[in-house]
Amino acid sequence: MAQAPSKRMYILFGVMAVFAIIYLVRLFSLQVLDDFYKKSADENALRYITEHPARGLIYDRNDSLFVYNEPVYDLMVVPRELRAFDTADICRLLEIDKETLLKRIEKARNYSPMLPSTFEQQMSKEDFGYLQEKLYKFPGFFVQSRTLRYYPEPIAAHVLGYVGEVNQDILENDPYYQLGDYIGISGIEKTYEAELRGVKGKRVVLVDVHNREKGRYRDGEEDVMAIPGQPLWSTLDLALQKYGEELMKNKRGSIVAIEPATGEILCIVSSPSYDPNLLVGKNRGKNYAALATDKVNEPLYNRALQAIYPPGSTFKLINGLIAQQEGVLDQNTVYPCPGGYRIGDHTIGCHHAGGANLVSAVQVSCNTYFCKAFYNIISNRKKYATVQEGYQAWKNHVNALGFGVTFDTDLPFENRGIIPSVDYFNKLYHGRWNGNSVVSMGIGQGEAATTPLQMANSIAIIANRGFYYKPHIIKAIEKKENVSDRFGDRIQTTINEEYFEPIIRGMAAAVEAGTGRQAIIPGIKMAGKTGTAQNPHGRDHSVFACFAPVDDPKIAVFVLVENGGWGGTVAAPIASLIVEKYLKGEINRTDLEKRILSLTL
Amino acid sequence: MFIENRQKISKGFDIQLIILFLVFVVIGWFSIFSSAYDPTTFSGIFNMDVPYGRQLVWIGTSILIAIVTLFIDNRFFQHYAYHIYLFFLLLLILVLFIGTEISGAKAWIKIGSFSIQPSEFMKMATALSLAKFLNEGKTGSEKRNTWLLCFVIILLPVLIILLQKDTGSALVYASFIILFYREGMSAQFFIWGAFIALIAILTLYFNELYAVALLIFIFLIYFFVSKNAKKNLVRNLILLGAGIAFVFLVNVAYENIFQPHQKQRIDSLLGKTSDPKGVDFNLNQSKIAIGSGGFAGKGFLKGTQTKFNFVPEQSTDFIFCSIGEEWGFLGSLLIVSLYAYLVFRIIWLAEKHRNHFVRYYGYGIAGIFFFHFLINIGMTIGLVPIIGIPLPFISYGGSSLWAFTAMLFVFINLNDS
Repeated sequence: MAQAPSKRMYILFGVMAVFAIIYLVRLFSLQVLDDFYKKSADENALRYITEHPARGLIYDRNDSLFVYNEPVYDLMVVPRELRAFDTADICRLLEIDKETLLKRIEKARNYSPMLPSTFEQQMSKEDFGYLQEKLYKFPGFFVQSRTLRYYPEPIAAHVLGYVGEVNQDILENDPYYQLGDYIGISGIEKTYEAELRGVKGKRVVLVDVHNREKGRYRDGEEDVMAIPGQPLWSTLDLALQKYGEELMKNKRGSIVAIEPATGEILCIVSSPSYDPNLLVGKNRGKNYAALATDKVNEPLYNRALQAIYPPGSTFKLINGLIAQQEGVLDQNTVYPCPGGYRIGDHTIGCHHAGGANLVSAVQVSCNTYFCKAFYNIISNRKKYATVQEGYQAWKNHVNALGFGVTFDTDLPFENRGIIPSVDYFNKLYHGRWNGNSVVSMGIGQGEAATTPLQMANSIAIIANRGFYYKPHIIKAIEKKENVSDRFGDRIQTTINEEYFEPIIRGMAAAVEAGTGRQAIIPGIKMAGKTGTAQNPHGRDHSVFACFAPVDDPKIAVFVLVENGGWGGTVAAPIASLIVEKYLKGEINRTDLEKRILSLTL
Repeated sequence: MFIENRQKISKGFDIQLIILFLVFVVIGWFSIFSSAYDPTTFSGIFNMDVPYGRQLVWIGTSILIAIVTLFIDNRFFQHYAYHIYLFFLLLLILVLFIGTEISGAKAWIKIGSFSIQPSEFMKMATALSLAKFLNEGKTGSEKRNTWLLCFVIILLPVLIILLQKDTGSALVYASFIILFYREGMSAQFFIWGAFIALIAILTLYFNELYAVALLIFIFLIYFFVSKNAKKNLVRNLILLGAGIAFVFLVNVAYENIFQPHQKQRIDSLLGKTSDPKGVDFNLNQSKIAIGSGGFAGKGFLKGTQTKFNFVPEQSTDFIFCSIGEEWGFLGSLLIVSLYAYLVFRIIWLAEKHRNHFVRYYGYGIAGIFFFHFLINIGMTIGLVPIIGIPLPFISYGGSSLWAFTAMLFVFINLNDS
């Protein structure tokens, strides 16, 4: 008995069908046509978690640890997941007051209610251990671990360098780094960044809306394991480095000790220094600012590589070598010394008088002798038509001996020092100059300026009788036996081997009965040379260069103590204590040691 | 008599609607299972701590309700329609006093460990009551009064539900216009309604000035084009004035009646504000989930968005996201088709029925089903503001499943008379 359906039923059917079709069209466009949502879905539910590899460890030449990694624990908070909890308990734990606690939660909430924020940075292992047991009582809090550099001995800060977060510049230019990554900024950390950093891994996990991990994506198929950074073996001797820093306490200056046979740097001290642990962890920013703004001590300044000083009398050794090589004198050549070297009405004084041959001139550090020698090198008209040519010949030798150039080794931020060019003097003297114009460079004063590293290297050259290996700080990478051949090239200087003997004899005599008597170590035959680098700003710098044993050199040392006065008084004892410590392993001259340790400049 | 009833079941009940019901609850259960499934904590489907475990109970009991409903003599519903209406109305009022608040709405009565939402059942009661009223009012009294009293029947529960702050459930009552339209309410009413809605949207989307300008523009066109415009000038001017007053009223009402989160949802839908982490978060996540499903979906339990709470309320109001993500456009097509079929089938059967009471009731609930479908799926794909009402038979939840089951099976029962 069904009746005919009303017209309005069909209209309703039509309207409803239109709605259904609109919905289907919308769904079709959302689900099939538009790719946007598929991409968003992956971003939503998959988290690509970077696995940070542990940074490589750094050992000294005897396997003592310079740097290792210490885990630290950050307490994180997800504000949305917070439930009522005992605030007093957590305040007591973290040693904060309730106000701070609420402020931090508020700050985290402002950042994002759903994403984790750091609540407390870098808790110690002990705090973490204690907190971990109670963490179940504080929903919304969790702990995240990461590693920081840690230095068991507060030494070698300049050499080891430090790591810091990558800056915008690096982020833009190197795709390896992501925001928040760490990178070596100075020292070994910088030069060996590629070896130390390891290879980042990747973990793909499913997360829920609160960013909580909910398991591995496709059972870890796309995960990549992090590869830890490679360990490095430094050329440094930790004990010697530590001793050197102790000796230089309360003094300014530098010690550089090199093993001549390899170019390995045994210790490299720049004082004042700082505890490398200061530039790690939560107070890093504050500490860095304090160090950087300390204009009195300039603790961040690596004097061994970056400070340039007039080389002082130790440069006489260099001129003695070049003079022989250039044929202007031999070991028997005697120059009379009337107590000074006269240039017109100006005299470069000399504290000794009489004549000297090359050996005794080195022994007594005769100014006259080396001024004359230097003058004769560059004004050797038999060989060179002009002073410019003569000076250029001298400069070539000096450059070959490692001055005025950088070694380009594994020490960042080397200063090349100053060995002026011919052009420089041409301009300075308007093209009219002669040997006497620049003669003060003969005794290490004047325009020439060198770094402690360059000076130490030149002593190594003398110890080697004519060659050197680039001074370097890292011996082996990954395994101690893998001695890097990067610095294995023996670099021959322009000076023949036989010309070193008179210089070395003079140096040995200087220690035994000359200017360097303060450096005598019973039982060890040492060759040394004092120096006094003139300082226009104050008291002269005390300088001493030496190597030992003379016949089988194991260590070449250069010491510069700013405002230390004459080389024999401060620099020589320090150098000899370093030699003694390195060769004997202990110090017998305790009185001398005590005097140096207590000396404040 | 018992035997007679049994024969009736096999013969007269609409088997298509019964099958549709079963298909819906099965799809619903699997969707809930998929969106709540967590392999790390899974301990069987009968675990009462998880939604899919509890939904099994709701499905079981609702089938029981379906069977019981079919056994009741079909004259019962017509006879006791007002009683049922009053019973649930009182229950609604009771909720105002002893109700429990869940996510902002005080719409639940807590009995032991489970809660019941009387407003879900009120929809069916209102439909029954309207059907009875229309059925009796047809003879005699004036039509206008009939509509007016119909509005009263609707308005009473709406007001109480609004007091419960359950705006979504209250809006559902708008769906009765489908019934009224079928029963002869003037088409003009709908045209005016649409026009008023347009003015309201214009006011909210742009500002009052645009809406006023449009009104004046229409008035002027009418004034110059229509021949008898001058005759009705006073009436038309009053209409224009009322229109302008309405425009300003819309803003006042919008500012004062809606709660802040509702205003935000409306603003967001109108595109006036965009805040992917805040107000738009739900919608954004929901669109991502559905949109990432593609043509054929990611497959059962393979969804990444409808797990781990990316989509809020993912087993209740946003259950469609699970289907969209895991079954893709094909799944969406199936769901839309099934609901369209359900509504068309009910209307078709209602239309054919001799008893007008059954026709009224049928149109009433067809409207309710359609409205739920329209709002629920519309909000997940950003076509209507976010209004929290369930997807019939599929969304997780006891009250809504029971209520929809009763609603449908009362019709199946009535239809067989």
